[in-house]
Amino acid sequence: MQLTLEFGGGLELLCESIKIHEVDVSPKSGEDKLIMRDLLGWIKANIIKERPEMFMKGDSVRPGVLVLVNDCDWELSGNLDTTLEEKDVVVFISTLHGG
Amino acid sequence: MDSNNIPDTSDGIISEIEKLKAQKETLEDRIRLLQARLDETGPNYVKRDAFVVNGSCCPSVSLGNVVIDNGLTPEMIYRYSRHLLLPNFGVEGQSKLSKSSILVVGAGGLGSPVALYLAACGAGCIGIVDSDIVEINNLHRQIIHKEAFVGQAKVKSAADACRSINSLVKLVEHNEALSPTNALEILSKYDIVVDATDNLPSRYMISDCCVLLDKPLVSGAALGLEGQLTVYHHNGGPCYRCLFPTPPPTAACQRCSDSGVLGVVPGVIGCLQALEAIKIASAIGEPLAERMLIFDALSSRIRTVKIRGKSAQCIACGENARFTKETFQCFDYEEFTQSPMSDKTRPKLNLIPESARISSHDYKEILDKGQPHILIDVRPAHHFKITALPNSMNIPLSILENKLPMIDSALKEAELASNEPASLYVVCRRGNDSQRAVQFLADKGFSSAKDIIGGLESWANNVDPKFPAY
Repeated sequence: MQLTLEFGGGLELLCESIKIHEVDVSPKSGEDKLIMRDLLGWIKANIIKERPEMFMKGDSVRPGVLVLVNDCDWELSGNLDTTLEEKDVVVFISTLHGG
Repeated sequence: MDSNNIPDTSDGIISEIEKLKAQKETLEDRIRLLQARLDETGPNYVKRDAFVVNGSCCPSVSLGNVVIDNGLTPEMIYRYSRHLLLPNFGVEGQSKLSKSSILVVGAGGLGSPVALYLAACGAGCIGIVDSDIVEINNLHRQIIHKEAFVGQAKVKSAADACRSINSLVKLVEHNEALSPTNALEILSKYDIVVDATDNLPSRYMISDCCVLLDKPLVSGAALGLEGQLTVYHHNGGPCYRCLFPTPPPTAACQRCSDSGVLGVVPGVIGCLQALEAIKIASAIGEPLAERMLIFDALSSRIRTVKIRGKSAQCIACGENARFTKETFQCFDYEEFTQSPMSDKTRPKLNLIPESARISSHDYKEILDKGQPHILIDVRPAHHFKITALPNSMNIPLSILENKLPMIDSALKEAELASNEPASLYVVCRRGNDSQRAVQFLADKGFSSAKDIIGGLESWANNVDPKFPAY
């Protein structure tokens, strides 16, 4: 499944300062669909290059990270159970506090 | 007064001018007489310069000598004419804006354009809260402040700039840090709150306070080359805690004073905050509630995303909210976020024993005596390019582990050159990362490693005042 992953608000520093990643992710073997829970595991294993604790906590993202699937908060689409579809854009944004 | 009938001679022209001037005086006398009669006649007729307020925003048109009673003085009509010409904003929008009161928390990079635009556009009353003083390294982004105000209170500087743009606006200076003990009192005096602060605990505190007082919150943030903007607790939308019930780890809380910020980035976000505040005050358009605007300066990209609604479980605004004004005043936001409200109160790290540390003064003596040693600067490479001690070697903390052989050979080289054991010193910007490095080096067998207490900041303050501070 072709997906676009984007990292912002400093999270790109965890993946060699690359903000946009065009990736091809398959559903877990035996599953016919890809859900966010599995995608997070895949990202941790394949995209995150340092300090994984700054990206994930437990099986979800760490506090202070907003997850957007096609420009919509994943809380509105089922959080970890959000089903992904071909060409979806998944954005991970760390909230900023500076001014 | 036929313009075609111009006398041939200059004497003729002069006499014509005299005649016209006499006619003009007669006409002016007549105008004055009529005007005086008009003033006596009563309230339905008003002189050109007078204005009437009746508290209504709806224009009413009277017959005869036309006067539109819309709450705007002729001075305001002239000043804000370009607003009034907007069909979607117009007299109603300006009138509401002129009656609104808006609090700007923070007179920094975000607060600068917010306050300037709110003053220029004619918000009725603008309050500014900040306890900082203007510093020269603020000026690249905090465009409200001038060099002449360096060393003075930011609120004074900001209010002065606003007054010089628009004397019609009421400005209130709150020259103090916003805290749970004064926030309720200060925020309660305003209709709209703008969060233009630079730290996490203040963001939670301001959001909670806005929920308690039921005020809309225009929240902006900027760091590096990115910015974010949302309107909280408005039109049934979420508050900051709905979105972020748990604070992020402290390592994720970067500050402009550590990570840097391109000046225009908070400028862009601040302008948009002013816009959202104006929209709420004048009740036009669609405020950015339940949405977030994300700005990426490098890719020139602005994306607006839909965010979750109000959370029923939110402890601040949910169904069983447990925040009251009393609990709010006792809530320790710095403890909750593990993060200080001010850069100035940043806690000093004490990671390693005294014996593994050395003052900048003592290091200067070692340098002067020519004692054999190597000095490792563990700051990131782009910091090292700003300034560095001439004899130092840059090995950023993040790659220290891979460079241990390099340190080992540098030490051996220094020992060979002097026939004496060489010491190992570590420096960074403020003396935190250098302690982490010394702790790591000690684990790896470099037991003599010592860090320079307070880093280059201490070197600049205590040893070499000419050393560049940043």
